[in-house]
Parts: sequence; C-alpha cells; structure tokens
Amino acid sequence: MSYAAEFATLVKTSGKTKDRPKDTKPALGFLAPWIVGAFFLTFIPMIVSLYLSLTKYNMLTSPKFVGLQNYATLAQDQRYLHSLVVTFSYVIISVPLQLIAALALAVVLDHGMRGLTFYRSAFYLPSMLGSSVAIAVLWKMVFGSDGLFNQALGLLGMDVTQSWIANPDTANYTLMALHVWQFGSPMVIFLAGLRQIPKELYEAASVDGAGKWRQFLSITLPMLSPIIFFNLVMSIINSFQTFTQAFVVSGGTGGPNDSTLFYTLYLYMQGFGSMKMGYAAAMAWILVVIVAVLTVINFAVSKYWVHYDD
Amino acid sequence: MTDATLNIKAAAARKAAPAPAGTLANRSSAADIPEYKDQHKARRIVIQIIKQLVVLAIALVMLYPILWMIASSLRKPNEIFTNMGLWVAHPQWKNYVDGWFGLSQPFGRYFLNSLLLVACAIVGNVITCSMAAYAFARLNFRGRPLMFGFMLLMLMIPIHVVIIPQYIIWNSLSMINTYIPLIVPKFLAMDGFFTFLFYQFIRGLPRDLDEAAKIDGAGHWRIYWQILMPLMKPAIGTTAVFTFMWTWNDFFSQLIYLTDPKLYTVPIALRAFIDATSKSSYGPMFAMSVLSMIPLFIVFCFGQKYLVEGIATTGGK
Repeated sequence: MSYAAEFATLVKTSGKTKDRPKDTKPALGFLAPWIVGAFFLTFIPMIVSLYLSLTKYNMLTSPKFVGLQNYATLAQDQRYLHSLVVTFSYVIISVPLQLIAALALAVVLDHGMRGLTFYRSAFYLPSMLGSSVAIAVLWKMVFGSDGLFNQALGLLGMDVTQSWIANPDTANYTLMALHVWQFGSPMVIFLAGLRQIPKELYEAASVDGAGKWRQFLSITLPMLSPIIFFNLVMSIINSFQTFTQAFVVSGGTGGPNDSTLFYTLYLYMQGFGSMKMGYAAAMAWILVVIVAVLTVINFAVSKYWVHYDD
Repeated sequence: MTDATLNIKAAAARKAAPAPAGTLANRSSAADIPEYKDQHKARRIVIQIIKQLVVLAIALVMLYPILWMIASSLRKPNEIFTNMGLWVAHPQWKNYVDGWFGLSQPFGRYFLNSLLLVACAIVGNVITCSMAAYAFARLNFRGRPLMFGFMLLMLMIPIHVVIIPQYIIWNSLSMINTYIPLIVPKFLAMDGFFTFLFYQFIRGLPRDLDEAAKIDGAGHWRIYWQILMPLMKPAIGTTAVFTFMWTWNDFFSQLIYLTDPKLYTVPIALRAFIDATSKSSYGPMFAMSVLSMIPLFIVFCFGQKYLVEGIATTGGK
C-alpha cells in the first residue's frame, strides 16, 4: 500500500535472489532517464552537499575546507536553535490535530452520511489550494488586524483589534491553523481505508453488545492503524519542510520576531540570501538526520500500536 | 492499485446490499416493543439531522475564506476590511484590470509561463516515470533491489539536501533564469511518487497480457507502449492531475531559479505583487490571487476521479 511498507519488505527480502536477472539490457533502457537523474541530480549532489557542509563556500571563490566548523557554529546559532523550536512546535501541534480532524470527519462521513461526494470534495478543496501563494495571501488578510477572523470575533461580541499575523506569540498558530485546514487529503485516504474494513466485524461486535465508541476503539482504530501510521510518517516528513506559507506570510523574513522562522526558511535565507552555501548544506544534512531519526522512532513505536493482520 | 480495485469492489458490494444501518437498534429484545422502536427511530433521525448540520457548518466555515476572497476581489480596498459578507453590490471589475497590468509584464505572460512549465512537467513525468515503473514492476535485472530501494529512499529525502549542489550545477552551466532546471528533472523521472504510482498500477495488471504479447513476438518496448500504456489511463490521469497541481503551486524551486521578471511564473509573480502592494491595492492583489486559483479549480472539477483514486492508492502527499 505505501512506499514505507514496500521499503520494509525490500529490506526483509534483500539477499534472497529468486530468478536469474535476465532482462538487464532492456531494463537499462527503460531506466536510462531515471539512472541519469538519480546519479547526477541526487547521488552526486548528496555527496557534494555533504562535502560542502564541511566548507565555507559563497559561490564566488572556491570552497574552503573548515572541518566540522559549520556544525559547531550551528549549535551556537541562536536563530538556528530558535528555528528548530518554531518548526518542532509547528509539527508537534499541527500534524496530530490535522490527522485527528481528518479521522473524525472520515468516520462521520463513512457512517451513511448523505452527500458524501459533495463533502469529500468540499473538504478536499483546501488541500488542493493550500500550498499556493494565493492562499498564503488570503491567510495574511484573514488573520490581519482588521481581517475576516477579527470581524467574525466582533460578531460574537469580542472586540479584538490585534493582528494575529503580526503578533509573535500567535503568528505560528495561524500557520498551524492553515495546516489543519488542509485535513481533506488525509481524510480521503482514511475514507478509502474505512471502506475496506469488513462490515461483518461491526455487526458481530454489535451483537456482542459493543457500543459505537467501543466499536471505534476496538475495530476502526486497529484496522485503520497502518494507514494512520503511514500518514503520520509522511505528514511529519512533509511538515518539517514547510516553506511557502511562512515565506509569503512573513514577507520572506520569518518574522515577526522570528516567530515563523521555519527550518527551511532559515536554510533558504542562509544559502540563497547570504550565499553561505556550506552553512546551508550543513543545515540540510541535519534536517535529513532529524527526519530520519523521527522516522526510525515512528517505526519503532509503531509495533506497539499499528496492527497488521498477516 | 490493489486498494483502488478493492475500493471499487467494496463500493459495488455496498450498493448491492446496503449495510443495515439499524443493526444496533434491532438487537435487543426491547426492540420488539413497537413504542420503543419508534422512539429509537426518532432518536436516530434527530442524531442524523444534527450530524448533517454540524458537518455542513464545518464545510461552510472551511470554505468561507475562499468565497470571501472571491467577493473581496471585486470590492474597493476600504470595503474589504469592513465587509465580511459575500454579497457584492457594486463589483469593481477594475481590480482585475489593475491587477492584470500591475507588474512589469501583463499577468497573462505569467500564466503562459506557468502553463508551459506544467505541460512539460506532465509530459516528462508520464513518459519517464512510467518507463522506470515498467522496469521495476516487470523486469528482472541486476541491481534491481538496490535501485528500487534508492528510488523509494529519494521519496523520503528532503530536497534541500540536493538543491544547493543542483543549483551550483545549473549555475555553472549558465542555466539560471531558464526553465531547464525546472523541466529536466521531470524528464529524468525524479518524481518518485509517480514512478511508485505507475509501479503499483502495472503490478495490478495481469502478466498474461505480457506473456501473450511475448509469444506473438513483441519485445519489451512494444509491450510497454502498445499493451500496457493504453491500460494505464487511470494512472496517467492521476499523474497529470497531481503534476499540474504541484507544478502550478511549486514555489521553492521556481523562486530559486527564476529571477528575471519576464520568466516569472504565477506564484513568483504573485509574491512580487505582494511585495509591491500597499494597503490601497489589496483589491487587485486579491483579484490576481483568485485568477491564479482558477486553473486549479478547473483541474479539481474535471480531475476529481483521478485525484481521489490517486490519493487512495499511494497515500497521497
């Protein structure tokens, strides 16, 4: 079902060759574009960026080897450490909220809801538009000092004039809201997963006297857990790389007061703004390590809650 | 693919025999007493109505900002921040004209640039990703596990780790401010997501087709092109829709490679617009933002089937 699962089986079966490889020649033809790309646009660049992370390089003079100095500087760089805090809090809060919203709506819609197709489209639309610059512009307006959000609060009798975007304490929350707003995409995946749960399970459970909530906990959640898990893994990987929204909303600065200084935004500023390519490469590699560690942790923890029926 | 077929089967099974919604209510002996049954039924209907209303309310709240944006794009700037309704009494079409000519090039130019990029990306992704997928799904060759593993790994590696060396490479080839760095990767099957999608799809197609063609003397290229390609329409549709969406919305790489205003794409132009905008020209800015979303709306309307299928099969993004 997912590439994560595919990858796991690949690791498990590696070394056990079944047939003699006989199609090597045609395979090279079919894979020629991919091989060129994988080599020149991925493999070599990865090695180069690993090397660059050990240098000072501004694209004008040749790279100067400095050992681990970039990494040491990063550990002392207050703005960098702050960007870690900003990004981690964004991921920790918005990823679970988005998945919970997606799951809740999927379960409600799946229980014989009229207008399922309409709702599915309506809820999916934000996921399609969400990463565009236009929506970031909209968000800036909605949460501005006289924006739609404050006008709506006014209707409820709350007179708020502060801008949620310009306030360093709340700016990140508006971006989290933007992430949660796009719950439609995981919701569609959950809906597809819910349909594959055999109805007999629910019937048997209700004969045994299990209530709706009990059925959700004992049937829906375990049966859906591989899909939830896959979504969690991919969601974490992707939200660590959030860029466009923070860039547009803060005008490319990560402001106010660095409150939306996302990891990749700081990386962009260092690399393509200040032309500190070595420093940015070191940041990129730490990002890889963070994402890899989180994924490994996710997999390790998964055996306690993800239910695969073999 | 397997998931998609299962979904279709499950949906068909449901249509044929709608799952008894009242299993819960019917189980106890108390249900045999008529009054109790009626009471239960009434309660269920009320719950159903409440559910409908709640979900409808959520949908409205979610979509309201988009509708408000469309309305605001037709308003005078001072009205944008005082009117939260959707009704536009005096549409200011001038906003669209002002926005269209608001930057150094008319906005149509940016639309054409974006469309050109999208078209190239779709052609590249469909051809090269399906080719790679054919090899992974049907051919037995040396180094397959290694290459397949690397392909899957590429899906999970943040692009930032390769973007700097890539930028250096394109820069040394004097390709900055051309579309080459944005198009070439699409012709090198670098979007592993689609390779995986085609891979799943091809594995779901019966091998007998290939075997039959092989007996008739067809080589791999003919099997790929004449037998499998016509069957892969759903996967091609999904690839086209997602490539459209991601390329149209892509900001990071276009921001890095395109600095010449003539080459700006829609997202980059919009961003330049924001930077150049004072509070008085929010109307035109909204107008162009709305225009920039129209192609996505169109794809959304016509490509829904593929969107839903694609998300369900590969887990989406």
